[in-house]
Amino acid sequence: MARLDTSGLHVLGVRHHGPGSARAVRAALAEIKPDAVLIEGPPEADALIPLVGELEPPVALLVHLADPPKDAAAAASAAGWAFWPFAAFSPEWEALRYAAEHGVPVRFCDLPAAHTLAERLAEAEAPSRDGEAPPEGEETAGEGTTEDPEAVGRDRLRLDPLGVLAEAAGYDDAERWWDDVVEQRRDGEPSPFPAIADAMAAVRDESGPEQGRGARREAYMRQVLRATLKQGHERVAVVCGAWHAPALRGVADFPVSADTALLKGLPKVKVNATWVPWTHGRLAAAGGYGAGVTAPGWYHHLYTAPDLPIHRWLTEAARKLREEGHHVSSSHVIEGVRLAESLAVLRGRPLAGLDEVSEALTAVLCEGEPVRAALVHRTMAIGERMGSVPPTTPMVPLQRDVIAAQKRLRLKAEPFDRDLDLDLRKEGHRERSVLLHRLRMLDVRWGDPQETSGGKGTFRESWRIRWEPELDVALIEASRWGTTVAGAAAARAAERAADADLPELTALTELCLLADLADALPGVLALLTDRAATDGDVTHLMGALPPLARSARYGDVRGTDAAHLRAVAEQILRRVCVGLPPAVHGLDDEAAARFVTHIDHTHSAATLLGGEALAEWEATLATLARRETLPGRISGRLNRMLSDAGHIDAQELRRRLGLAMSQGTEPAAAAAWLEGFLQGSGLVLVHDDRMLGLIDTWLLGLPEERFTAVLPLLRRTFGAFDGTERREIGEAAGRLGGARRVAARTPVTVDAERAAPALATALAILTDGRKRAS
Amino acid sequence: MTTSSAPSISTDAAQALRPHAEQTYAAELEALAKADDRRRPPGWQLSPWAVTQYLLGATLEDGTEITPKYIGARRVVEVAVATLATDRALLLIGVPGTAKTWLSEHLTAAISGDSTLLVQGTAGTSEEAVRYGWNYARLLAEGPSKEALVPSPVMTAMARGAIGRIEELTRMPSDVQDGLITVLSEKALPVPELGIEVQARRGFNIIATANDRDRGVNDLSSALRRRFNTVVLPVPDSAEDEVRIVTQRVEQLGRSLELPDVPAGLDEIRRVVTVFRELRSGVTEDNGTKVKSPSGTLSTAEAISVLTNGIALAAHFGDGVLRPADVAAGIQGAVVQDRVSDGVVWREYLETVVRGRDGWGEFYRACREVGA
Repeated sequence: MARLDTSGLHVLGVRHHGPGSARAVRAALAEIKPDAVLIEGPPEADALIPLVGELEPPVALLVHLADPPKDAAAAASAAGWAFWPFAAFSPEWEALRYAAEHGVPVRFCDLPAAHTLAERLAEAEAPSRDGEAPPEGEETAGEGTTEDPEAVGRDRLRLDPLGVLAEAAGYDDAERWWDDVVEQRRDGEPSPFPAIADAMAAVRDESGPEQGRGARREAYMRQVLRATLKQGHERVAVVCGAWHAPALRGVADFPVSADTALLKGLPKVKVNATWVPWTHGRLAAAGGYGAGVTAPGWYHHLYTAPDLPIHRWLTEAARKLREEGHHVSSSHVIEGVRLAESLAVLRGRPLAGLDEVSEALTAVLCEGEPVRAALVHRTMAIGERMGSVPPTTPMVPLQRDVIAAQKRLRLKAEPFDRDLDLDLRKEGHRERSVLLHRLRMLDVRWGDPQETSGGKGTFRESWRIRWEPELDVALIEASRWGTTVAGAAAARAAERAADADLPELTALTELCLLADLADALPGVLALLTDRAATDGDVTHLMGALPPLARSARYGDVRGTDAAHLRAVAEQILRRVCVGLPPAVHGLDDEAAARFVTHIDHTHSAATLLGGEALAEWEATLATLARRETLPGRISGRLNRMLSDAGHIDAQELRRRLGLAMSQGTEPAAAAAWLEGFLQGSGLVLVHDDRMLGLIDTWLLGLPEERFTAVLPLLRRTFGAFDGTERREIGEAAGRLGGARRVAARTPVTVDAERAAPALATALAILTDGRKRAS
Repeated sequence: MTTSSAPSISTDAAQALRPHAEQTYAAELEALAKADDRRRPPGWQLSPWAVTQYLLGATLEDGTEITPKYIGARRVVEVAVATLATDRALLLIGVPGTAKTWLSEHLTAAISGDSTLLVQGTAGTSEEAVRYGWNYARLLAEGPSKEALVPSPVMTAMARGAIGRIEELTRMPSDVQDGLITVLSEKALPVPELGIEVQARRGFNIIATANDRDRGVNDLSSALRRRFNTVVLPVPDSAEDEVRIVTQRVEQLGRSLELPDVPAGLDEIRRVVTVFRELRSGVTEDNGTKVKSPSGTLSTAEAISVLTNGIALAAHFGDGVLRPADVAAGIQGAVVQDRVSDGVVWREYLETVVRGRDGWGEFYRACREVGA
């Protein structure tokens, strides 16, 4: 067989997302003038290459399963999709742009994602099938791990070839070595690629041949390369990870048959590919992305700054500090640059790097304050930005619907936290809220509702929103429920309702209301009534009530039909009325305390509903309150509620208090009763001396050991009141001793003349400044 | 103030209680200067690279061992040296006992070969200390003349192209501090009485130290602050680092004080460092128990002095081996600065942490004895 002619082949081994590599690639391509370019990436995306001109990096190629897995575990394991991110400073992006500008044919040459995803799915499903085997190692390190120590050394070479090279060059940090040697190079230096490939070849000689997935990937790349060469292209440029460079450069030395054999019978799934916007934050290694870089902002700056990167960087930092209100002068910047540069000289680096500018930032610009410096440094090192894709990009209909909604509602997808304050009485705001709630229903967590600070009313809603690239994936996964946000959310609601228990159903009902899913609501409500009928646990029913009552009462702010809801809520309340008396029997103290909370919530829900349902509820409470065997905590609370609502007059209340506080009652039970009774506020004691007297008598009558026993309970009860309340009760208790103390409170003599101006001012405030008509 | 005059009371280096850095490490400096073939900034005895080697320790090609002077983050030293190389003044900030003075002395010794041009900042430091004063007898006898002028260490440093040191800059009154602004920006010191000015020669610079805790005393004006690059010296990161620092210093101090040879047991050093670290950070090393922190700073420097003291005790009154009892009194003295509140802290620490620790029984008993 004729040996493949590789004289026109140029393999450019790069580091993914390295600005120096990108510069070098640009220079190399301009020199080579290739008539075909191959790039490491999924070939499924070949059809998407024409869009390159319209994309704004950072963007990513997203390859996902055409049909989302039905198995929930597999869907959750993130095995169904993969990303290939590109930043402005990625060499691959540089190659794509070059090809797009010069009309050179481009192909992605990595192993098809169809195989990769199929493998991953199989891996994800394997443990769930036999239930015992834990997942083997990391995604990248998975294959070929053996116990033999020599293999471990080889593994290190393969996993971290740059680390080994850097060590050989006397650096302790591979990133820094690569930065010095390759990434911080300027234009006009000779091409580093032959040297990189040679170095990698040397390392690979040590580590032995590639195995497993790595071998399959390289075999596929070679196959594509051979095909391209055979098509008659004369100058072919391949942009791939430095590690693969030797395997591709020597393509003619690898037998075709071996490669074909490697690629035979690989599992395959059906996949779709598209472009999605990406963010710098996701590019950062800290974000969990394997091939990430530590400081995308710094690299972006190195790549885009026309000249003087250090000067520009520190100037920008100074501007940021000034925005924060710190005084930073130009002379700070000048000295900062000088320090960074002399540090670089001291450390023997060709150009000041991120470490040096960071130290100059701390020592000069921030005058030694590490916290302030770290803040500015972090934001700049990440340099958050988000790419965009043109509307012609292939998308699932659901994505298009969301984008249209975003445009209509002027709600931009941004990669940082943003607080949104919505006034639901305004049409536009209401629609935004509905969109966000619908997306929540679809598990696309663009935003989370925030606790509204008190006093804003029910027509206000606060959100904190932040768009993450993963949300596109979530949208694609959600697209199996429908093509529009409204439709999909309704379908999802119905699906979730189908096997939800009562509390979840109520939550779902509320979400349906918030998300304005009128189509889904009747179904959910029907299920809710069914479940309410069969659920024997009255606490479930009580838990379900408050959101329903709220929605029924305030639903009209959102324009939903409340009548049906109200009917359901009242029905549940009736069930609670029936179920409550037997349920509160024979509870211990802790359970009673929990029940009190439930009763409180149900009570406020019942008050919201009002009308007949409320009357029925109060009647139930009244009956319960008279029961002797009720736990003291609940009994006390019920009596208090009834008296607050005006169903028990003061005399009757005193009688009941006296009964509970009488000598015959077990002191602990009496103390529990008191705790329930006084829960929330003790002011009732201040206003009713006789009631206080009853408690006082009870306390004084307790034998010493009993008193010690109930003291903690009493302390808990009274300790919950705030200072003023406690003082007032104390004063009231002091008055109980008799008229003697009252007399001791001598009235302060008022100097009428001196008080006159103050009184006049108070009067003016009270009368709104108007003169009293005399 | 005048370090160069008064020959009759000068001491020769071998007899000095505490020799200067350039005297103690003269051999290392010489070897470095010989091996150093890099470019030296004007007025420097060594290249910046050699200065960092001197401070961080290394083995030279001819086999000379350079002991590490500063144990801690390499970047601290690098930033400091690079700052001085850009002829910016250097401000070292840190809590007491973080080796600010130590670092400044060694930097000066390595760069100028003379660490004695020192102004100690106190509340009573007058302007003469940073500018110049007069020999009043001569001034009265001869009128203003160069002979009657008494230069300050700063002025001397300017004239020689050396590095001047200012200790505790923030303790000086603000008006004296501001006298430095002209020196740092114009690099010249006018003497209007004589109609002359002293222009700094190349190589002149200032290293100042300031205390974090004293920041409020006389805070630097922003005009002065701006003329310094600031390096914050951290408290030693790891217990291991701190043990190294303490071991090394205790050994050196013992030698210079000619204490009888007492093997400073690493166990005892580790124990003192552990106690200091735990009380300082308010949590035990295993991160298991919270402890209260006393009012003192409990710096590494204090740990060193506790141990030196203990060694002296062991040598003169003990059996020549450093025992827990020898450090117990010292450690209590360092921790309990305020009798009432710190006393409680210390007793609580003894009872809750020390008591239960394996192998700390003897130490616990010794501390109890001292406290009783």
